[in-house]
Amino acid sequence: MTGPKIIFFILAASIVVFSLLSVLDRRILRAAIYLLFVLVALAGLFYMMNFQFLAAVQLILYAGGIVVLIIFSILLTSQINSKLDAPRKSHLLSGLITAVGGIALSLATVIPFVFKATASDAIGTDMRTIGRQLLDTGEFGYALPFEVISILLLAALVGTIFIARKSKT
Amino acid sequence: MVVLSTLVFFIGLLGVLIRRNLITMLMGIELMLNAVNINFVAFNHYLFPHRLEGHFFALIVMAIAAAEAAIAIALIINIYRKFLTVNVDDVDELKY
Repeated sequence: MTGPKIIFFILAASIVVFSLLSVLDRRILRAAIYLLFVLVALAGLFYMMNFQFLAAVQLILYAGGIVVLIIFSILLTSQINSKLDAPRKSHLLSGLITAVGGIALSLATVIPFVFKATASDAIGTDMRTIGRQLLDTGEFGYALPFEVISILLLAALVGTIFIARKSKT
Repeated sequence: MVVLSTLVFFIGLLGVLIRRNLITMLMGIELMLNAVNINFVAFNHYLFPHRLEGHFFALIVMAIAAAEAAIAIALIINIYRKFLTVNVDDVDELKY
């Protein structure tokens, strides 16, 4: 076992364990903190695969933004020590059957499949390449999705303000 | 890597299915989006290292997840203001 492999297994195990905990823990604030651990471990995984920019975005956007939003909304809507109701037996049963069956089905499909890697040189993932490609309009350029995303974010901003404002009537 | 992503995806699905609280359902959805991101990045890194498609797709998924979370939380807080609960079984009216 080499070093990166050991780190990968530690990260993968912590991702699986913490995501299970965040789904099954009945104290809602702890569930949010477990979700934070999952997201940070994922950022470590991205970092291991040399996607430093993606890891940084994951840390800033998810760990810094979304989890904070979720924790705020938890604190606004429920008591800090409040426990969720235990899931109903029928819900738990059907959810478990769906999840385990889905895992079994997709693993049975994926594991025998042989993935073929393309034999070409790896492109660098430094900021220069990422920035060039993100705003390029030619081949391998992603200017259109970039602009569409900016429109989407603007729409989300306006919509959020409109939804969350206090109604005057 | 794909195995890990599958596990996380279905754990998130389990979270959406068994919980009746809007915020925990949102957390399950975030888990599922992250599982998809693992797949995009892993395929990009191991199978197609000469281009960055998976990388940009993961970036876009993150941006959409952020927008979705913001909208969802605005809705949740508005629902809480009107119904004083975030349990999906009790929120059964769209027009109040």
